[in-house]
Amino acid sequence: MDTNLVEMFRASLNWVTMILDAPSARVVLFGVRIQGHIFVEVLLGFVIVFLLSQKSYKPPQRPLTEQEIDELCDEWVPEPLIPPITEDMRHEPPVLESAAGPHTTVDGKDVVNFASANYLGLIGHEKLLESCTSALEKYGVGSCGPRGFYGTIDVHLDCETRISKFLGTPDTILYSYGLSTMFSTIPCFCKRGDIIVADEGVHWGIQNGLQLSRSTIIYFKHNDMDSLRSTLEKIMTKNKRSKNLRRYIVAEAVYQNSGQIAPLDEIVKLKEKYRFRVILDESNSLGVLGRSGRGLAEHHGVPIEKIDVVTAAMGHALATEGGFCTGNARIIDYQRLSSSGYVFSASLPPYLASAAITAIDVIDQNPDLLVKMKQNIALLWKGLSDIKGMSLGSDPESPIVFLKLEKSTGSTKDDLLLLEKMADRALKEDSLLVVSSKKSFLDKCRLPVGIKLFVSAGHSDSDLIKASESLKRLASELLL
Amino acid sequence: MITIPYLTAVSTYFSYGLLFAFGQLRDYSRLIFDWWTTSDLHGYAPICLAHEDFYIRRLYHRIQDCFGRPISSAPDAWVDVVERFSNDNNKTLKRTTKSTRCLNLGSYNYLGFGSYDEFCTPLVIESLKKFSPSTCSSRVDAGTTSVHAELEECVANYVGKPAAIVTGMGYATNSAIIPVLIGKGGLIISDSLNHTSIVNGARGSGATIRVFQHNTPAHLERVLKEQIAEGQPRTHRPWKKIMVVVEGIYSMEGEICQLPEIVSICKKYKAYVYLDEAHSIGAIGKTGRGVCELLGVDTADVDIMMGTFTKSFGACGGYIAGSKDLIQYLKYHCPAHLYATSISTPSAQQIISAIQVILGEDGSNRGAQKLARIRENSNFFRAELQKMGFEVLGDNDSPVMPIMLYNPAKIPAFSRECLRENVAVVVVGFPATPLLLARARICISASHSREDLLKALKVISKAGDLTGIKYFPAAPKKQEEEKGTIKLD
Repeated sequence: MDTNLVEMFRASLNWVTMILDAPSARVVLFGVRIQGHIFVEVLLGFVIVFLLSQKSYKPPQRPLTEQEIDELCDEWVPEPLIPPITEDMRHEPPVLESAAGPHTTVDGKDVVNFASANYLGLIGHEKLLESCTSALEKYGVGSCGPRGFYGTIDVHLDCETRISKFLGTPDTILYSYGLSTMFSTIPCFCKRGDIIVADEGVHWGIQNGLQLSRSTIIYFKHNDMDSLRSTLEKIMTKNKRSKNLRRYIVAEAVYQNSGQIAPLDEIVKLKEKYRFRVILDESNSLGVLGRSGRGLAEHHGVPIEKIDVVTAAMGHALATEGGFCTGNARIIDYQRLSSSGYVFSASLPPYLASAAITAIDVIDQNPDLLVKMKQNIALLWKGLSDIKGMSLGSDPESPIVFLKLEKSTGSTKDDLLLLEKMADRALKEDSLLVVSSKKSFLDKCRLPVGIKLFVSAGHSDSDLIKASESLKRLASELLL
Repeated sequence: MITIPYLTAVSTYFSYGLLFAFGQLRDYSRLIFDWWTTSDLHGYAPICLAHEDFYIRRLYHRIQDCFGRPISSAPDAWVDVVERFSNDNNKTLKRTTKSTRCLNLGSYNYLGFGSYDEFCTPLVIESLKKFSPSTCSSRVDAGTTSVHAELEECVANYVGKPAAIVTGMGYATNSAIIPVLIGKGGLIISDSLNHTSIVNGARGSGATIRVFQHNTPAHLERVLKEQIAEGQPRTHRPWKKIMVVVEGIYSMEGEICQLPEIVSICKKYKAYVYLDEAHSIGAIGKTGRGVCELLGVDTADVDIMMGTFTKSFGACGGYIAGSKDLIQYLKYHCPAHLYATSISTPSAQQIISAIQVILGEDGSNRGAQKLARIRENSNFFRAELQKMGFEVLGDNDSPVMPIMLYNPAKIPAFSRECLRENVAVVVVGFPATPLLLARARICISASHSREDLLKALKVISKAGDLTGIKYFPAAPKKQEEEKGTIKLD
């Protein structure tokens, strides 16, 4: 058996060799002698080419049929539009029945009002009311159009010139809503790829502007200059190359969420060292800080040209509505065509613009209003310095007096409910209107919450003493 | 849909190409010229990059005098337009103290509340004296007055929904409300020609955005089916919720949205409907209640109704109307309610008084007269323009009528020619409209009288002849006119 197999194998081998060696042994092709093995190699070559030309395996694509799509659409159940309403969402704010001055009427009772940012007491001022009345009789209420399409009224242009003259800047642009000022200005100058260093305690308007700009945002610790310096160092060592990369620092003059004042002289020193530009929100410092009320730059003795972009909402010391942005002519001109809150929205009602002009005139002519307000802040600080369970978290010169909880209950939600209860009791028992912090879930600021009091030049000494007594009593009852 | 004639498209492209080439030439020579002067930037990056404002510097500045014209009187039917002059070839414009009285076809003054009104303005002045122009506080702190509470009830009743919330600016209403209602994991399907405020609000929310063809319910249905079947991008998880955003009247086209079909499609696929009635509230419908009344849609089917008070009510601000729970939730979470100063109290009083006039609650029938007049005026004006051969967009009953211009040179020509004859019109070009489709937009008001409209027609016809924008053949003259002349003979 074995020998038969071996015999057969040998015979077939001989046969193959003979075939391969036979006639082709005498062929010479291109100087190469064709020998038998070349056939095997050529055959292998064909096999390789055939395998390479095969398409790789892909699982067959089967798009969904119409019936399957219909089934999926029937099965899909959306979430309800809003989550179920809980009891704490039904809290009603107090309804005022007279002007929101230092004293106002709620539910028929006279109440001391520390909840309006009416820093110089201009609400109810006769000059303001006079100019508003004449503007209403001449222009009606609304301006009926955006600034580009016959919505520019000469009052707007006069207001812009007046603000520029007051602050000492080349040009100003008016916005029709305070909150929209920041979230329209920032996306104008900051695009994808730019770097923005912002304070972690900025308010929602600025946060929304930063998000819409799609730039890289780095937050530094609230009002901490060392943290700012180290952040700027880190950025400059990483990104030295790009010349067209714009870099900004965003800060507020007086922070709405904590009452702190930004140290502008140090910020300007850092900005000049690292070549950043500064965008400053002066909503709560206009008409308040500085010897003549010109804001944070005057307060720190910094020339206003060193700040590149200054924005402010007018709904605070100027007792009107709207906002503005001021800076050099190129910046303002650019915003007139590319700022979405300016181009695509109706302009400020003319009576509010004339109220702004009158308010600035009043501030210019009455510097004693600022002195009175500063005295009131000092008096309130003295009264609240020994409050138990809360501590004063704001700057001693800021018009927003912020009382934060010394010991938090553990969750922000419970803290907010406790503070709301305190504010409600202050209104009901002591006829005192104060602000407890409120947070939307869209707000990313994580600063401590507390009670805010907005001090006004119109408050009398007895109002301030009453406020400190009442808060001290409520704090000791509710917090200890 | 606008179909541009072939020859016009070619000439428009050519015009823009020429302007672009000249602009680049000037930029280049400016670059050479500036080579010798040192820059004053000292290591800072330029705040506006050269290519970003090329359009502004080289194209827009040439025709800058057609935009942003200041006025020195109330935006009524006749308005005083301030004259401006320029010493540096239109780069900067300076005001003079002179003004010309022009017919106002540009302001959004649909019902004529834009100036002194005999019923509204005394009430507004009274409320100003009582409450002062601003409350300096947000709604939740000390910014809610009795007028605000009355206003929200009034608006909710007028629009036909259980409750409403009011903010101080229409633009900010969209930007602040849409992120509260929908977030990451949700889908927003918006019309391709929606307003910038809706686009900004949608971008700020973090949801995925898809666009459907303008005013085409069939395409909306296709997009909805595809998206529900596919789920979220990459993970294919089912969507958390879907919101379809449409407008009542589209301000650049004058078209009215096809609301009944869109609402039925959304009901079938369980999507939420968000209707932005900025231009349609107060202007269309038998009692001015907007597009729902005009097209017979039940307001309970539209989940969120938004609108502004700037156009028909002559005030400022925006509102959202919906179910009581929705409004309660928004009052608790909406940033515009929690952080922004409340709407000015005299403006709130103006809105309440304007709604009372429209509904006839002030004891006169001025409201019904205004509504009838704006409908008559719009239909008459549109029919006459179409008879003259202009290409006019928009549906019947809509007070917004765009007249197509196309060529960039016709934009300033038409505007300046009309101003010379004391008619103030609004012209719109890129980027508010697509590059080729520049237009002049007319807004009719209830305070325009028949003589005003006839004068406007004469002036527009003359300007149209000079600039060559009568793209369609004019209708033949009526038979009665011929008969009239024969009779006189």
